[in-house]
Amino acid sequence: MKVRVLVSLKPGVLDPQGRAVHHALEGLGFAGVDDVRIGRTVELDVADDTSDAALQDMCEKLLANTVIENYRIEKLG
Amino acid sequence: MAFRAAVITFPGSNCDRDMAVALERASGEAPLRVWHGDAALPDRLDFIALPGGFSYGDYLRSGAMAANSPIMREVVRAADRGVPVLGVCNGFQVLAEAGMLPGALMRNASQHFICRTVDLRVENARSLFTAGYAAGGTIRIPVAHHDGNYFADTETLDRLEGEGRVAFRYVTNANGSQRDIAGVLNSAGNVLGMMPHPERAVDPAHGGTDGLTLFESAIGALASA
Repeated sequence: MKVRVLVSLKPGVLDPQGRAVHHALEGLGFAGVDDVRIGRTVELDVADDTSDAALQDMCEKLLANTVIENYRIEKLG
Repeated sequence: MAFRAAVITFPGSNCDRDMAVALERASGEAPLRVWHGDAALPDRLDFIALPGGFSYGDYLRSGAMAANSPIMREVVRAADRGVPVLGVCNGFQVLAEAGMLPGALMRNASQHFICRTVDLRVENARSLFTAGYAAGGTIRIPVAHHDGNYFADTETLDRLEGEGRVAFRYVTNANGSQRDIAGVLNSAGNVLGMMPHPERAVDPAHGGTDGLTLFESAIGALASA
């Protein structure tokens, strides 16, 4: 089973990288970009019987740092 | 009494030797060297140091991989028994990722790697690491990091300040850290994480010896225990 984990900074946590990219987009002349936030995608190939609880545990223990990051698990089948 | 310290080396650590030299200078005893994959720590340790560097190439997040290495389970156990643990720079990131200290170290607000000597204010001069400093005094210690921007939620920051667990603050905020925090203590006071490098200020040739006081404080605390 393919699983995609999307890790993003929590709202309110300053994202200097996103801010720099936002600035660069403006510099390229792209108007109307209100905000840029940069995250991380982790693609996993796991056994089909991997439980939701196990996937959540992987995120909490390693893939995301829940002090500063949220995560979302997408099962791609 | 011999001072029995250990310096943990992870793949990508690069300040482990500096840390060992600083500990030996302060104590007269060469510290033991421990590899990240070792299953056990040497027994009867008086002090454990997690050095700076780029453990595991900063994969995933700075310190995240090292925090899950076999030896860290032993470091957690030792800290629970009260053994002093110092994490500097990447070592601080490892302690935060391991949940031994609250908060997280994010990319510097400027996005730049910073490498210079900074002024720190000693906020807590009662801990075993800081007893040799004057409370409220200013010391000069080098920083060299890309991910030193300390973040914790407001409630955690209030608690750290209320409990006197902010050990050091930047006199001039170097990296965007919340409330200028440069170093924090755990609730028991035996774990200190700090971004600045005290081991790089232990010899007049380094430009100052303010860092030596930290190691001497820890050794003094052991002697008087």
